Amino acid sequence: MSHEKKIPLIRLAKRDGMEGWKVWCIRCGSILFALLLGALVMGLAGANPVTAYGTMISGALGKKSAVRQTVKIAVPLLGCALAIAPCFKMRFWNIGAEGQITAGAIAASYFALFWANRLPSPVLLLVMGLAGALAGGLWALIPAFFKAKWNTNETLFTLMMNYIIIGVVRWLQGGPWEGRKGSQIIPQFDEAACLPRVLGVHCGWIIVLVLVVFMHVYMNHTKHGYEIAVIGDSINTARYAGMNVGRVMMRTMFLSGAISGIVGFIVASGANNTLYDGVAGGVGFTSITVAWLSQLNAFAMVGISGLLAVLSKGAETLQTRMAVPTSISDIITGILLFCMLGCEFFINYKLIFRGAGRKEARHG
Amino acid sequence: MEHNVCAIELKGITKRFGEVVANDGIDLQLNRGEILSLLGENGSGKTTLMNMLSGIYFPDEGKIFVNGEPVSIRSPKDAFACGIGMIHQHYKLVDVFTAAENIVLGLEEGGKLDIKAAEAKVRDICKRYGFDIDPGQKIYDMSVSQKQTVEIVKVLYRGADILILDEPTAVLTPQETDKLFEVLRAMKADGKAIVIITHKLHEVMALSDKVSVLRKGKYIGTVKTSETSPQALTDMMVGHAVTLNIDRPRYERPVKRLEVKGLTVLDGEGVKKLDNVSFTALGGEILGVAGIAGSGQKELLEAISGLCLVNQGEILYTPDGQAPANLVGKTPMQIRKAGVAMAFVPEDRLGMGLVGSMGMTGNMMLRSWKKGPGVFLNRKDPNELALRVWKELEVVTPSTDFPVRRMSGGNVQKVLVGREIASAPSVLMTAYAVRGLDINTSYTIYNLLTEQKMKGVAVIYVGEDLDVLLELCDRILVLCGGKVSGVVDARSAAKEQIGLLMSALGGKEAEA
Repeated sequence: MSHEKKIPLIRLAKRDGMEGWKVWCIRCGSILFALLLGALVMGLAGANPVTAYGTMISGALGKKSAVRQTVKIAVPLLGCALAIAPCFKMRFWNIGAEGQITAGAIAASYFALFWANRLPSPVLLLVMGLAGALAGGLWALIPAFFKAKWNTNETLFTLMMNYIIIGVVRWLQGGPWEGRKGSQIIPQFDEAACLPRVLGVHCGWIIVLVLVVFMHVYMNHTKHGYEIAVIGDSINTARYAGMNVGRVMMRTMFLSGAISGIVGFIVASGANNTLYDGVAGGVGFTSITVAWLSQLNAFAMVGISGLLAVLSKGAETLQTRMAVPTSISDIITGILLFCMLGCEFFINYKLIFRGAGRKEARHG
Repeated sequence: MEHNVCAIELKGITKRFGEVVANDGIDLQLNRGEILSLLGENGSGKTTLMNMLSGIYFPDEGKIFVNGEPVSIRSPKDAFACGIGMIHQHYKLVDVFTAAENIVLGLEEGGKLDIKAAEAKVRDICKRYGFDIDPGQKIYDMSVSQKQTVEIVKVLYRGADILILDEPTAVLTPQETDKLFEVLRAMKADGKAIVIITHKLHEVMALSDKVSVLRKGKYIGTVKTSETSPQALTDMMVGHAVTLNIDRPRYERPVKRLEVKGLTVLDGEGVKKLDNVSFTALGGEILGVAGIAGSGQKELLEAISGLCLVNQGEILYTPDGQAPANLVGKTPMQIRKAGVAMAFVPEDRLGMGLVGSMGMTGNMMLRSWKKGPGVFLNRKDPNELALRVWKELEVVTPSTDFPVRRMSGGNVQKVLVGREIASAPSVLMTAYAVRGLDINTSYTIYNLLTEQKMKGVAVIYVGEDLDVLLELCDRILVLCGGKVSGVVDARSAAKEQIGLLMSALGGKEAEA
């Protein structure tokens, strides 16, 4: 039986595809597992996990006002995840959504601050949205142009662009757009430049839901979407099929930046009613998590961005009521990401333990 | 070392990948001082079986005996401990290291690394078996066959006395193949046990003592080479009798389709990849392109299809009843629309002309995605085309949406070639269309190409197997170092003649 002992303890075998419902069971299971691990962390932080989760849920969804707050957090996350999805599908690693949001917010703010008296509110909002889209798109076009022309590294390029544009906002805050001298704050927008409310939340949520449908159709049923999918799979194949890879990259990045720019407009006009250097507030990065966890599926992004918003709003309540630090939500988000990415491994591979192979063979 | 001692014995080896049974209860036996050919169609499980001997996979069931002792091979390290060394199809060498440095790489010997001693030992091995390499030479300065030699010396250095070679002759010229065989015979005389995986029947006949045949993961049998024939082996591999002759009809009125004049192509670093290449391709003819790997075959096809920049020269294309037009400077899309199709099968089979993550429909769309008005995709026509190719070429796939990445190699190639043929081109270029395919599927592809030729299409066939080139083509263009070293009539040319042309020009260059 010495031979038996020499068989490796655990072996991996590739699965040959799995039924769809099983895959989703594993994915949901991994979310539950992540929440269990999160409970452990909360226990360590000195809170009773059951009451803590209860507090989080009631804090995020318990009251109408809480739900509105949660939706407000989810809207930019969802919009921005939609924006980066086509880039990621193309394997163009755009991590500059943060900057593209900010660029859009600046352009929208310009019209909000200086054109509010000259245009009727609906026209003003439309102009702000268009300006935001254009600014975000152009800001995103810069790294795409360099990538297409000289094959520069888009990851570093888009990342660095974030800091430049945030610097621009700081300059505006302390300089040309400063409200009261020395305040370092840009004044509040005129009422006409603020997004109207629908069901108690600024109507940005309607805009992003429209974008969900748009992005789903764009990615799956248009020629552009097909080009993006082919380039993401193999640039050589795309060239061979006669696609102009550089042009598609620039076009897709413009679109991505434009949507981020619209998100910037929504945040500045709907949520903050002003512009400040934290307008993007990390949404550009968190949305990468949302897009990735949703496997770039536009409809799944609605659920995932909602889940992350609940966690983050719930953590705020947790802090005020139970004195647990809000960073707990970051920890749980991290655990969630880890588990969900990890579960893909179990979807693609199965583990065979020593001795199990024989039983399996007998059954088979 | 004693001869006629059982070096390796496999008993009931089974390996499954998901639902697929790659090896199903395989028994195999090999003595010292013997060369065994492992023969089988593609996907018959040859490489999987050998990977279990070299520690890359672990068998689900069955036992392995080395020198009569049961062993458990869990890693390549275990395999070396058993004296088993495998030479893979794709060499695993560090380019900027010398031969000797590559050979000692990863060996865990105590003390300081003594490269001088290692080089001496390498020279010793070379002398013993008649290898011809310089231990101090860098890998990037070496030819393909020299790199292969380094791989073989590497496993010998580690004390392997059971060698497994996975399709070693695929990248070699006939002369280099002969040299390799001499070395293998010398090793055999020294008492080594050798397994060689191959597709080429004449090599099996020339080299091995016995042949084991696998078919669809099952062990079919072992025969002595002296007691069998290529025809009998083919029947064993395929399971039913097949004719081995390629039908080569003559087309009545060949017309000039493509004329290439003084074509020169430089790569990104300014190195000449094609140097003053001129030839004509006729409609109703298969023009073979022979040459060792990397002689400019890829650049030639890419230049014609508009995928790489032409520095000098003309490519004149004459469609039916029209004046010749120069293709240089046109976009790939324009060239394809004019009727020049290309099916290039790269080493990974995908990555050039196919989208691995999409199904047949998505891949058919690569040719038609731009058609139709508006921004939306037309899925209906490509889907119909996919269904037609699926049926006509007998592609094995569960549905037209099944990702081609997960299909077997032969089916992937059928999808690629089928799509190009479906566009009814007047010039059809294929490169390595049968790369890694089994005999049956290869013949399907040969017949498809011949069918196209008889329709008056100018077929350009870039191939690796000289025997096939000689049987399939009408004329053969030989490339060497980016230059045309000769054009021969395939019906009368001898294999050795082409072999010389493949390397002759390179030799002259080196002298100059």
